[in-house]
Amino acid sequence: MLTLSSLDFIAVTSAPSFPVLSALIITPAIGALLLLFLPNNHPDHFKQVAFLFSAATGAMSIWVLTAFQTTSAAQFQFKDHQTWIESLGISWSLGVDGISLWLVVLTGIIFPLTIIGINAEHGPKAYYAWLLVLEAGCMGVFLALDLFAFFTFFEIVLVPMYFLIGKWGHGQRAYAATKFFIFTMFGSALMLVGILALAFLNQAETGVLTFDLVELANSQEIAKSTARWIFLSFALAFAVKVPLFPLHTWLPDAHTNAPTAGSVILAAIMLKLGTYGFLRFGIFLFPEAAVWFAPALVTLGTIGIIYGAIAATMQRDLKRLVAYSSVAHLGFIVIGAFALNTEGLEGAILQMVNHGLSTGALFLLVAMLYDRSQTRIISEMGGLQKPAPVLAGVFLLVALSSLGLPGLNGFVGEFLTLLGAFAAHRWWAVVAATGVILAALYLLWAYQRVFHGAVAERYAQMSDLKLREGLLLAPFVVGIIFLGVYPKPVIERMEPAVDALIAHVELHVENFSEPTANVVVVESNQTSNEGDGGP
Amino acid sequence: MRSLLDFAWVIVALPLAGFVSLLLLGRRLGEPRAGWLGSIAMAGSFVASFLVFLGLQNQAVEDRRFVQTLFEWVPAGDFSVDVGFLVDPLSVTMTLFITGIGTLIHLYSIGYMHNDSDFPKFFMYLNLFAFSMLVLVLGDNMLLTFLGWEGVGLCSYLLISFWFSDERNASAGKKAFVTNRIGDWGFMVAMFLAFTTLGSIQYTYLLDNAGSLAQSTATAITVLLLIGAIGKSAQIPLFVWLPDAMAGPTPVSALIHAATMVTSGVYLLIRVNPIIAVSAQWAPTLIAWVGALTALLAATIALAQNDIKKVLAYSTVSQLGYMFLAVGSGAYVAAIFHMITHAFFKALLFLGSGSVIHQMNNDQDMRHYGGLRKLLPVTSTAFIVGWLAIAGVPPFSGFWSKDEILAFAWETNVILWLIGLLTAILTAVYMSRQVFLTFFGRYRYADTRPEEITQAWATRIAEVAAAVETSQTQLDAAEVANTKATERLVTAQSKSAMRSVELEQADTTDERAVARATKNLERAQSTLASAETAAAAAIEAYAQAQRMFMAAQGAQEQVLLAAQDAKQSVAPSIFDTPDLGELDETDFGTALQTRREHHPHESPWLMTVPLIVLAAGSAIVGIMNLPFSSDLHFLGHWLEPSLYNNEAHLTSSGAVKWALGIVAVLGATGGIVLAAAVYLRAARRVVDGGRVGYWAERIELPLFARGWFIDESITDFMGGPGKQSFKALAHFDSKVVDGTVNGVGRWVRLGGNALRRVQTGLVRSYALMVAVGAVVLFVWFLSRASW
Repeated sequence: MLTLSSLDFIAVTSAPSFPVLSALIITPAIGALLLLFLPNNHPDHFKQVAFLFSAATGAMSIWVLTAFQTTSAAQFQFKDHQTWIESLGISWSLGVDGISLWLVVLTGIIFPLTIIGINAEHGPKAYYAWLLVLEAGCMGVFLALDLFAFFTFFEIVLVPMYFLIGKWGHGQRAYAATKFFIFTMFGSALMLVGILALAFLNQAETGVLTFDLVELANSQEIAKSTARWIFLSFALAFAVKVPLFPLHTWLPDAHTNAPTAGSVILAAIMLKLGTYGFLRFGIFLFPEAAVWFAPALVTLGTIGIIYGAIAATMQRDLKRLVAYSSVAHLGFIVIGAFALNTEGLEGAILQMVNHGLSTGALFLLVAMLYDRSQTRIISEMGGLQKPAPVLAGVFLLVALSSLGLPGLNGFVGEFLTLLGAFAAHRWWAVVAATGVILAALYLLWAYQRVFHGAVAERYAQMSDLKLREGLLLAPFVVGIIFLGVYPKPVIERMEPAVDALIAHVELHVENFSEPTANVVVVESNQTSNEGDGGP
Repeated sequence: MRSLLDFAWVIVALPLAGFVSLLLLGRRLGEPRAGWLGSIAMAGSFVASFLVFLGLQNQAVEDRRFVQTLFEWVPAGDFSVDVGFLVDPLSVTMTLFITGIGTLIHLYSIGYMHNDSDFPKFFMYLNLFAFSMLVLVLGDNMLLTFLGWEGVGLCSYLLISFWFSDERNASAGKKAFVTNRIGDWGFMVAMFLAFTTLGSIQYTYLLDNAGSLAQSTATAITVLLLIGAIGKSAQIPLFVWLPDAMAGPTPVSALIHAATMVTSGVYLLIRVNPIIAVSAQWAPTLIAWVGALTALLAATIALAQNDIKKVLAYSTVSQLGYMFLAVGSGAYVAAIFHMITHAFFKALLFLGSGSVIHQMNNDQDMRHYGGLRKLLPVTSTAFIVGWLAIAGVPPFSGFWSKDEILAFAWETNVILWLIGLLTAILTAVYMSRQVFLTFFGRYRYADTRPEEITQAWATRIAEVAAAVETSQTQLDAAEVANTKATERLVTAQSKSAMRSVELEQADTTDERAVARATKNLERAQSTLASAETAAAAAIEAYAQAQRMFMAAQGAQEQVLLAAQDAKQSVAPSIFDTPDLGELDETDFGTALQTRREHHPHESPWLMTVPLIVLAAGSAIVGIMNLPFSSDLHFLGHWLEPSLYNNEAHLTSSGAVKWALGIVAVLGATGGIVLAAAVYLRAARRVVDGGRVGYWAERIELPLFARGWFIDESITDFMGGPGKQSFKALAHFDSKVVDGTVNGVGRWVRLGGNALRRVQTGLVRSYALMVAVGAVVLFVWFLSRASW
């Protein structure tokens, strides 16, 4: 069994000389910079340039996907390591493995789609520039292998989103933007303390000051109790981002008041910063603390599933309903991740992608409905399936994916997270599974109130899905169906990394073994009743 | 012949191909081609099923199990699930009747859905349903079965709310899906438990190794799967969605909500029979009791429904209860046997009712039917065959399968048998009631209806009341005029008297004065005379008005009395034309006229041919498992490889079996005779004691009509405390959780404002603070120092 430290130093044979991961971050950043210098007399150009740069980034992310080697998915591939601040042991260190791969691809695809598909309502220059900065930041978070770099990117993403909500948002946008900013800043301030403490305490033990993720993860020298405190500071930052109950209240406000692109990216990408952080910087860096805190986090995740679903049921605003459904969905990711077994972790990663597709598409659909009806209040709509059957059909498909219908993407992720959680924390999984009942309730009830019933006169002539909108939704729909029918290529590419992460936890935590199937050893058909897995 | 088994994927692929083609081309194909496409896909699937059946039959008995794996679906660590099909006698039996009956219902739908604006979409959904249903039964692992399981639930949702513009249809669809999901929770947890204990949820592995499960685990899995089955197969307490599901088009009710989808729960339990075998004894006993009680409860409710489809819906719930009773009694073959016979006769009954509804302008109230036997000869003949089959009249199919279940129930527990027998009697009663009300007796469609009569009387009463009011107004006016005339008369009289006094007192010498007084008097007298005439006329007018008023009041009284009399005869009699009392045709609107001019006739051949085929099936499919000798147990022997020797065997002697059969036949006959006595005129006088509807009222209790208040109570709870608690949580979220956040924000702001004052900009005060701080630190260090 190779440990991660040894894996880390194996050169990946296909490593290209072109620093593609750096390019993934820098390309959108250059695009943003370029936008600032574009003359204002051609507002269309902003969008085109922004799309060009994000599409180039997307293309590179696809290239990374195709060049990614499944067999060595446990390793960080395409590694890019440059010394940054040598005296402090800070480096520009990037890498992608089976855990981050799909989030990078998701980011690479979602950004150009939202840029091309949604127009800036005003101030296009700054709007597209901020979107590109956001893309660079998100890419950075998913690629960084250095705690300092990670923290920088983690913080950078706040700024563009703050402005996107505050300047291009609707309703109480200033309140929502400030709330979003303060909440996440509050979380990450503690994480900064945690990062510094970790680096310096590690230096005290080993004599080396480093912010390198892999080195820190493999050293595991600091005291157990201290590590738990530091984990907690990380966990708080991630819990706000996820968000976990009871730190979720920024989310409905931010989602509801953000511009459509903001909501889509917030849901599809930015919420994953938290769950990804839990995997990469929580479990990997602090395996013992992660095991110790797992029951608490699974509890919060389970509460989130039920709580978010119930709150979603009672929302009057369709966008708010989708926002609360995110709280429930992210709960599944958390319980899967902290099941700390292959099924749970793979389900969690898969669910990150699934949630990005389903909820991203839902926000787009809500925006399309708003364009037509000028309202997001559910009770003010009704019967819209009559004038807009295709739009209704797509909405239903996405809603079904979101409520976890087998055959669509949401189910596979949800099932695996629950299965993993069941092996680790049986009763929580049993409770969490009732979330699928509630999901059916709030989504189908919303669907009924929006699309079924008699159509009001003012909507009778409403237009159906336009070609442009259809093209925008098509990648989401394809992803939803493909991942539901054939998730294997995705799961396959994450499995080595997930197994390595579990092995890492097993290696560093005494008395911990992967909570998995308590399989009855079957010798023949007449074996005894030993090996009861019952409660 | 083994190569025939390789056609298994075709069974599933054809409906899927049909669905995809209709999704892409449905609108372009239009009516009726979209329907034909869907039907051909189904027919092809049936042919493929039959080929696979032949292939399987040609295998040696012990080799009759074949797994066809297409691709790996979900691989995650130790968990691995394929998209693969398990071909064994059980799944092939299921596919045969699903595709066979499915094809007939598709054909029927071409006629039934004629002129519907969403005609292609209907067949698209039907094909998707067939695909899901076939995946459900053919899936080689629990997860794939679950995919089909939820897929059929989705199609059920889509088809119940097919006519979505009506809010009630939309609600019924949602209710079906959400209620099913409660059961799905059980299914999911069962999979978790099965996987974490056995390490696989592939049937071949799972079932071969079920014996190594601990009893407690096996019991838990059984009960969890039972929860799933209760949802899908509409058993107590989750049956409430099925009656509402009748909001969908009738072919949907026949295919999904009678013949196929709702039997999935039974299929699932039979599929995992080795797990049930390892369970504690109370688990199968629970299954049997759930089934028996559901069968009885639903049968009582069916007695009192007036909607033709609601009767059949509750009947379906009741018959599914029999299947659960069979499963719980270990009578797996009997359960499948009854599933098949039920699929035939219930599909037939639903399609028959659809034909009736189609011809009665979508009126579903049986009280409005009557005498349709002559108008719809094919439909009624077919329906009657279905009736005899479900009522348990030998030699029709239902008798054989039900009798077998009752025999097993007898050996399991006498009380279960009694409940089953009672249910059989009630089944005969409510089905006979349905047949008599619909096809026999008087043609009542053109009758005035109680609610119309009530309406007509209400109109009449309003009319006479208006007349009274008008005459009252006139009377009041006459009275005022009269008073005024009297006043004028009195004035004239006094004036005349005054003038005559004036004349008497006039100075006789003054001629001019006398002449003036005389003239005045004359004038006054003439005024008096005209006032007298006017007063007389006013009195006359007043009297006239009074008479009119009295007349109007009298008329009103008469109408009210007549209405009261009529009210007593408004109570519906299915035997006599309604007593209109003093009402006549003109009191009824155009609706009655429209009905009078409506002439139902037999449905088109596309609808009647499936009816004929199903009727033939309902009559004869009993031969697949006759009880007289083991050689005639074709179905039982065929299913053996799927049942792992877990099938219970009857131990009763031949005589006991014969006796049980005879009792069952007597019960069915009794039920039919009772219904005839109450609902057929020829037999009525014997029992009714001359009181119309006396016995009907005693059968159709309000308790039954309102479904034992179960659905109402659940709805009230969900709409009341349930919704309130959800609201309370949302309120808690916005006020307490978010309120805390905003509160913290407010405090920070206040604190910041306070702290701001510290920043005075005066070096002196800063120095002071530094000094204070230093002292505090110093004291703190001192206190920490150890000496």
